[in-house]
Amino acid sequence: MSRRQRRMLTVAVLVIGVAAAAALGFTAFRKNMMYFYTPSDLLSGDLPAGATLQLGGLVEQGSLQRGAGLEIRFVMADCTHQVPVVYDGVLPDLFREGQGVIATGHMGPDHVFVATRILAKHDENYMPPQVAKSLKTADGRHSCAPFKSVYQPAPDSVTARIERTSP
Amino acid sequence: MWTWLHRLASPPGFYRFAQALAPWLYGVAVPLLALGAYGGLFVAPPDYQQGDAFRIIYVHVPAAALSLGIYTLMAAAGAIALIWRLKLAECAVVAAAPLGASFTALALATGMLWGKPTWGAYWVWDARLTSELVLLFLYLGVIGLNQAYAEARAGARACSWLALVGVVNVPIVHYSVVWWNSLHQGSTILSLDALRHPHISSDMLWPLLLTLAGFFLFFAAVWLRRVQNELLAREGNARWVTELHEHSAGTH
Repeated sequence: MSRRQRRMLTVAVLVIGVAAAAALGFTAFRKNMMYFYTPSDLLSGDLPAGATLQLGGLVEQGSLQRGAGLEIRFVMADCTHQVPVVYDGVLPDLFREGQGVIATGHMGPDHVFVATRILAKHDENYMPPQVAKSLKTADGRHSCAPFKSVYQPAPDSVTARIERTSP
Repeated sequence: MWTWLHRLASPPGFYRFAQALAPWLYGVAVPLLALGAYGGLFVAPPDYQQGDAFRIIYVHVPAAALSLGIYTLMAAAGAIALIWRLKLAECAVVAAAPLGASFTALALATGMLWGKPTWGAYWVWDARLTSELVLLFLYLGVIGLNQAYAEARAGARACSWLALVGVVNVPIVHYSVVWWNSLHQGSTILSLDALRHPHISSDMLWPLLLTLAGFFLFFAAVWLRRVQNELLAREGNARWVTELHEHSAGTH
């Protein structure tokens, strides 16, 4: 084996080794690296009760109620489960029914999620207003697909529901 | 073909090649960027939900694509530098790092400016944002490592090793939005799914493709110039540099 071949081997072993180490590490810590949990995770009982966490999902159509001051109540849903949320604070401009949101907070004793901060999670689809209007339903615009459960594998029916959203 | 490649890989051969090519790259990149910026700012319609805020995509996406592309290029040059001990490849690694760091910083900055009005936060520690920040630190590490060596060739080889170790982060950044739940949205154009059916309407897409091409060509031009500088700094006493100098002095 020439010195050049030996150097080639060293480089290949290094790159493959680092990639394997990263793959093993990230697989082991996958659940800890999720930015948010979903309503399914929260309702499954796998999470410690009352823990502060980030919850992500779509704001259910027709569920938004405004209370006194800035207080709002709405239902957050992933593809299979729903959780009622209460929040008192400033909302991002993109917050609306049907929109993806991520709420920081904890599950209250009355099974309502008490949020202390809400961020909007918009998707990767861009289109002019006329095109968006021509889409039949507001639900069709935002997919529940990005809100994948951390603990449960997605059921087949969910993958079937992930359909094209932009024109 | 092989003789041509061999001549290109020699410092004087590459210097002349870059000298001829760089002005053309600038000449094409600048009109593309101007046209893309005009299209993105004035011709493309506002987004249905983000309004005009989405227009930062015309800088953010090319900068982010380059941040990954330059790192991949740097690692490839690093492998060539380590295996074949090619001086030109060493120069290519060292010359690429500050450019990569700049485009990564630009991607992070434009991303923060985009995040505030749309998400509601400048920064969150989700997988995409964190891995892109790690990418910036990798570039800064390469720059710092190079400067820590008094001997240029030893420095470039150390940088090549770091570039190769860090290349594992490139797929992590790209697939972070697929592998993990994140606040950042998925890929609009650079994914298999998006290639089958675009996630962006065509009147918004064409300026993005123009600025993408413009950014890449602009990078290529600046990179060639930086490699030329590195070659001159290292080969200052070589005969081809002296001849070059005499030649250019003679034409004045």
